[in-house]
Amino acid sequence: MEPIYLDYASTTPVDSRVIDKMKDCLSFDGNFGNAGSRSHSFGWKAEELIEESRLNVAELVNCDPREIIFTSGATESDNLAIKGAAYFYQDKGKHIVTCKIEHKAVLDTCRQLEKEGFEVTYLETNEFGAVTPEQVNEAIREDTCMVSLMHLNNEIGVITDIAKIGEITREKGVLFHVDAAQSAGKIPIDLNELKVDLMSFSAHKIYGPKGIGALYIQRKPRVRLQALFHGGGQERGIRAGTLPTHQIVGMGECFKVAKEDMDSDFKKINSLKNRLYDGLKDMEEIYVNGNLEEGYPGIFNLSFNYVEGESLIMALKHIAVSSGSACTSASLEPSYVLRALGRPDELAHSSIRFSFGRFTTEKDIDFTIDLVKTSVHQLREISPLWEMYQDGVDISKIEWA
Amino acid sequence: MAYSNKVVEKFEKTLKNPEAASVGRWKPGDKDFDKVGTGIVGAPACGDVMKLQIKCEDQDGVKRIVDAKFKTYGCGSAIASSGQLIDMLKGKTIDEAKEICNKEIVDILELPPIKIHCSVLAEEAIKKAIIDFEDNDSHRKHNQ
Repeated sequence: MEPIYLDYASTTPVDSRVIDKMKDCLSFDGNFGNAGSRSHSFGWKAEELIEESRLNVAELVNCDPREIIFTSGATESDNLAIKGAAYFYQDKGKHIVTCKIEHKAVLDTCRQLEKEGFEVTYLETNEFGAVTPEQVNEAIREDTCMVSLMHLNNEIGVITDIAKIGEITREKGVLFHVDAAQSAGKIPIDLNELKVDLMSFSAHKIYGPKGIGALYIQRKPRVRLQALFHGGGQERGIRAGTLPTHQIVGMGECFKVAKEDMDSDFKKINSLKNRLYDGLKDMEEIYVNGNLEEGYPGIFNLSFNYVEGESLIMALKHIAVSSGSACTSASLEPSYVLRALGRPDELAHSSIRFSFGRFTTEKDIDFTIDLVKTSVHQLREISPLWEMYQDGVDISKIEWA
Repeated sequence: MAYSNKVVEKFEKTLKNPEAASVGRWKPGDKDFDKVGTGIVGAPACGDVMKLQIKCEDQDGVKRIVDAKFKTYGCGSAIASSGQLIDMLKGKTIDEAKEICNKEIVDILELPPIKIHCSVLAEEAIKKAIIDFEDNDSHRKHNQ
């Protein structure tokens, strides 16, 4: 059988409504033109579609379409926002505030800036994975040029209070970048209300194609960036490169669909999460990572104590889940996100992320509940740690070799 | 990460029928517990703990492993490596078991470089279990 897909936080299948629009932008019969061609109708038509897509993206997050530029994805958007602003405003200060559980696209960008002479503060989170506005307030210094935080964490689904944090950064005159790769289209974002200066978006997390993203760059007050790519001057010189019409149209369409379906998607996902949790909550020694009540319900992270995550994933071969982020799952390290939450290493090693979406069914969840229960039971039967736990041995008191 | 068919097969067999795969334990008070040597290696924080027990008897003047059991917390390769080690142990003399090298397990299970530590753990487990058995054995002889 094909495995049941429960890894929507990693990526999503492209919605058929989106594919239809994209297909029209590739062949000779379709809109294959280069939006940069000003001299003929092929170019004009492509430009028209791109502007329509830009509007679709802007409407989901309630901003001016002129504040949206297209990139190759949220990773590029994060790089462009953080490096671009850091370079442009470095005379103001070379200190950046971020958090330990950010995506690697932000963390590694910050690490790179550290090598280039910037200073970065990595905020700790509380046990649920949240960074508080008070922490941000305390971390901002005279020479702070930017705060960069994610809206919705990809591993544990915790939501950052970007509204309150934006008030603080705006008052202190510090730029605020938000990585919204996981949140756009899943929870409401109103950039007209939010005091956010830069926001990164991705299409493939919300039923659009891979390889396309966008960056919101606020116009009032105006935020300026130093470009990272140079060339034909596309996207007002901030991001050169021929605009990929089919990708952009795909992104525009998936953002449009997301605006229409967000409420119904959310309700459905919330009920699936509750169904899964109800089915598993009576198991012994399981721990929810993140905030069960206030987190995003489509990302549900659980630790099954005394069972190692990779072996559990192997036993759960009929469902596609991950232990943490797909970007880091090739390494043997336990999740840095769960460690940052203060989880002991063995619980971090025992975690599974279930993430569901538009095409997940109740039947999928019921199958998952049964399979998880059976597999965890089987693996505990062969686990020496489970045996010790059953014997009443405190594993943390043992001196391991 | 794709696992070799050998690892998947061994892992799934172990899960489906743990007893047949020699999952289990001998504990103090069990019959013949004085013939058992136990080796526990790894650490929960590293994501691997292997517990191996061997039962040995004197046969024609040599000490032979007549039975072995294990329990493993770890990835699929660690569990498969433990099972593979068990297959290699049974019937071997202690001296033969001392010669077991992790490389054999790597070859049989086709472990990728990133999983070689699982086989190293298995080698350490048998070495530790033998030391434990020999310690117990010399104590027993001393007390006789």
